[in-house]
Amino acid sequence: MNGAQAVVRALEEQGVTVVFGYPGATVCPLYDQLAHSGIRHILVRQEQNAGHGASGYARISGRPGVCLATSGPGATNLITALATAYMDSIPLVAITGQVASDLLGRDVFQEADITGAVAPFIKYAYLVKEPADLPRVMGEAFLLAGTGRPGPVLVDIPVDVLLGELDWKDPGPIQIRGYRPAGRGHQGQVRRVAEAIQEAKRPLLCAGGGVFASPGGVEALRAFSRESGLPVVTTMMGLGALPSADPLSLGMLGMHGSPRANQAVAQADLLLIVGARVGDRAVSAVAVERTKIVHIDIDPAEIGKNIGTAIPLVGDAATVLGQLRELHPQAGGTGWWKELSCRRPPRRGTGLDPQGVFACLSRRLEKDAVFVADVGQNQIWAANWLEIREGRFLTSGGMGTMGYAIPAALGAQLAAPHRQVVAVCGDGSFQMTMNELATSVQHQIPLKLIVMNNHTLGLVREIQTNSFGDRRFGVDLGAVPDIPAIAGAYGIPARRIAEDSQVEEGVRWLLETPGSCLLECQVDREEASH
Amino acid sequence: MKQILSALVENRSGVLARISGLFARRGFNIDSLAVGETEDPTISRMTIVVDGDDSVVEQVEKQLNKLVDVIKVKRLDTAATTRRELLLIKVAVGAQKRGEVIDIARVMDAKIVDISATTLTIELCDRPERVTLMTDLLSPYKVREVARTGTVALEKGAGDINYRP
Repeated sequence: MNGAQAVVRALEEQGVTVVFGYPGATVCPLYDQLAHSGIRHILVRQEQNAGHGASGYARISGRPGVCLATSGPGATNLITALATAYMDSIPLVAITGQVASDLLGRDVFQEADITGAVAPFIKYAYLVKEPADLPRVMGEAFLLAGTGRPGPVLVDIPVDVLLGELDWKDPGPIQIRGYRPAGRGHQGQVRRVAEAIQEAKRPLLCAGGGVFASPGGVEALRAFSRESGLPVVTTMMGLGALPSADPLSLGMLGMHGSPRANQAVAQADLLLIVGARVGDRAVSAVAVERTKIVHIDIDPAEIGKNIGTAIPLVGDAATVLGQLRELHPQAGGTGWWKELSCRRPPRRGTGLDPQGVFACLSRRLEKDAVFVADVGQNQIWAANWLEIREGRFLTSGGMGTMGYAIPAALGAQLAAPHRQVVAVCGDGSFQMTMNELATSVQHQIPLKLIVMNNHTLGLVREIQTNSFGDRRFGVDLGAVPDIPAIAGAYGIPARRIAEDSQVEEGVRWLLETPGSCLLECQVDREEASH
Repeated sequence: MKQILSALVENRSGVLARISGLFARRGFNIDSLAVGETEDPTISRMTIVVDGDDSVVEQVEKQLNKLVDVIKVKRLDTAATTRRELLLIKVAVGAQKRGEVIDIARVMDAKIVDISATTLTIELCDRPERVTLMTDLLSPYKVREVARTGTVALEKGAGDINYRP
């Protein structure tokens, strides 16, 4: 077989059924073989969206998402999606074509040193030099992407390696000597954590995206919180770890979080951080100066990186929470969080209240719906106002990559064809990836999209208002095109609403119309994110 | 405070770039980095001298460990470690002052490895502090070129980095 056949065989052996890609000269051998396989190829409209699509797919399927691109610009277009996945620890296997290996380094047509370019935001990158290495490299790529702290892995394959002959040798069980992901937590440390919970007056748990990355993590967290009586705040990546309506769920913390969650963090005397990086938007080191910190993470390098830790505990979230449950710690100070205020500050805008849209969605979405938020005010609104039950909340948390929602929603829908998937974006983020409406139509992937249109880059406008004397510059998207008309051009039914009284009917229409459809909500540009 | 990290890494292309890139983007200050093959040709040893407090060195250690190509990292206790650095230094010196420079080399147990009508090249393999002393002693003369390898180190006695495949 040739290298391309080996790649396809490896994908099949990994159980891959969908890949997101965009062809080009150097990956033609691979496309030629993919055509004969049972793997479905989703042709996106720009390579970055292949990466985001694979990300949405990975987050819902729980397995690495796969994206393909050609050499040079195809590969460099992938970079933002890889960085986005890296920040949020999403498992991806990205395969890029590369110019022939005897031409490497000569700056030939469509050559880019992609393994070098992605180094800062990739879990690992391979440049394959021999066709015979492909079975092992592909096996390693999937293992690295999907285990430990998940992340993107790049496999860059020169065209002559794709065309070169090899005898397929089964790689067998993959072992990488420099790679030993953590599993169980150190029992002595687990005991110290249990004692600290027992002794604390106001203990609080903060759940991050690691709870979702760890198989069984959500169930373990819910059981642990229920049994121990620990209240839970989440990071943006951890939203949905506990159902919003759970009495122990205090909402999202951080710069854009709820006042209640932030007050809880400020008042807690013990903060157990589980599967979170302690990013600057989430936990301010000053705010928790007097709080005893327990940090539980699968990546030892995250512990102590941004915040001092009293009890470090390295391990997989589900496993460690299971170990803690065995010790039956009981949280004291029952109900101290109940007095915390969750009032919304006064509204700045007029007209359609965005909160009403999310309140309506909270009532009408199916119990296990997947909600994908883009980046900007739409994201902050969704994160704070959308009630999550058994569903998921997907967004670009760490990188804040605008344009994530549409392709990620397509990926999520492909991973769970029978689940309701709904996405929200702003008029800014919509215009970054609206080209993927074509992908939705061509591949018949239903896309339920809400566009909060305020003709402005709202979150940046807020920064200018709050920190730069309201000197607004470069944020007016004044000439926003007619968004429902754009949807119409793709053959997607669309409606526009501008009043609170239209919300209920608009949302009902969006959710009940079969196939892709778009609901534009006209929002006041003075509206704040809180 | 200077601390020494010893790392066993995969001996293949791209590994040095990954490690040096890591130092650059995380803003770690590295005094020196020396790399060479070990008794196992598939493994290289990197000896890294880091300037920073304990929390910085701990981060360097953890970030190194996180790299897939890094097999094992160990922080070495300077007092229990044999450290060496190789210096080659070329001094522009004519017949008049040659004797003085040769005297310094002799006192420092250094070797004269090359001589020309106008230069002397001296080799010294010693502890890094002694290497620095040597360059200081020669600084009043016209130093033309200096090449230092950076520190390499092994633990004294039977202690080792403890990697068994």
